[in-house]
Amino acid sequence: MPDTLTYRRPPSGTHPPNDAPGYRSTALRHPKEPLIIIPQTLSEITGPAYPYGRIQTTDNDLTSQHTGEPLGERIIVEGRVLDEDGRPIPDTLVEVWQANAAGRYAHRIDQHAAPLDPNFAGAGRTITDDEGRYRFVTIRPGAYPWRNHDNAWRPAHIHFSLFGTSFLSRLVTQMYFPGDPLFPYDPIFNSIADARARERLIANFDLTVTKPEWALGFTFDIVLRGSKATPMEK
Amino acid sequence: MRGLTPFQTLGPFFDFGLVIPDGGIVAQPSAAGRHMAIEGTVFDGAGAVLPDALIEIWQANAAGRYRHQADEHGAPLDPAFEGFGRVATDDLGRFAFTTVRPGRVKGPEGSLQAPHLAVGVLARGLLTRLVTRIYFEDESSNGEDAVLALVPPARRPTLLAREIGAGRYHFDIVLQGTLETVFFDV
Repeated sequence: MPDTLTYRRPPSGTHPPNDAPGYRSTALRHPKEPLIIIPQTLSEITGPAYPYGRIQTTDNDLTSQHTGEPLGERIIVEGRVLDEDGRPIPDTLVEVWQANAAGRYAHRIDQHAAPLDPNFAGAGRTITDDEGRYRFVTIRPGAYPWRNHDNAWRPAHIHFSLFGTSFLSRLVTQMYFPGDPLFPYDPIFNSIADARARERLIANFDLTVTKPEWALGFTFDIVLRGSKATPMEK
Repeated sequence: MRGLTPFQTLGPFFDFGLVIPDGGIVAQPSAAGRHMAIEGTVFDGAGAVLPDALIEIWQANAAGRYRHQADEHGAPLDPAFEGFGRVATDDLGRFAFTTVRPGRVKGPEGSLQAPHLAVGVLARGLLTRLVTRIYFEDESSNGEDAVLALVPPARRPTLLAREIGAGRYHFDIVLQGTLETVFFDV
């Protein structure tokens, strides 16, 4: 009798609600009907592992994708991708994108009056190694204003996108930096009800990752939904 | 037990990081099966289109086999078919995939599911990923599908792509309102 995989349901308060009044754009974009709970079938416990072709060697170094060095504070961000039981998730795609040091995205609709950097595109990708590790070299992104409320600024963050082991482990999130004074004012960060869950989005400064006379180091582990084999129901 | 890393929104400025060249081509021309285009528009609760959404699909090949180790079904993999698609909506909120109709895959308790695509919707203003499915209006096995059976009959049409031309299927995603798409808690 083959076993079948099941994934734990996320604890309440870990993920934000889709309706978060402090974040205005959710008002017309959240479903009002309740989500329908469905069994985890083969369609959910499978999923894309590696949808890109080859990853280029410079793809995890956002400072080396152009002819010159980008402006700003060079940083290293590394960590492990794990499941809830602490098992590493090897060979999984990690994608990142971010604003430059001035808080400006290299995106056609970003209107912030801060300079673009011709040496910084702000996107990277990598694949975790056998121990679930990933590493990026980049520039510390700047905070930037947005129009959610009066004098609204997003805390500096790097966007992360991960697949993990199945359609169910997909995660899109944002990594923040320790000690950011904007945390109390940010409705996106604070949309997460559980304060401990919120703090898991804040990277740690790590002197052992820091390279002398070159770059500050931060660690950011990412925990995705885990599976456990259970006997198949008759 | 380690605590899960929470979701955060995709935000508005993602396409330079996440858009894949030809991400809407799920099946190569040589893939086995019934080739088709699936196209539609994403709408908010006021009927406005979303020019900043990312749609991802995941599906089995025409023989009903997923390219994943958890699928131990004996049907063959197809070298011209991966099963993953990702596109950003355009300025008019539109998305499009070219693929093949998936085969039937195993469902709960020995059942077979009707052909369907798993769909993830990400966008500015969505703090998590919304999950839905695309079924096909002209598929006779829909009545045997255990997941569709959990959806109130009046709302099932929101999950059905309908043929609007030879090999062209239409499927809109409505985030809120009277024609709100059914979204799932998986």
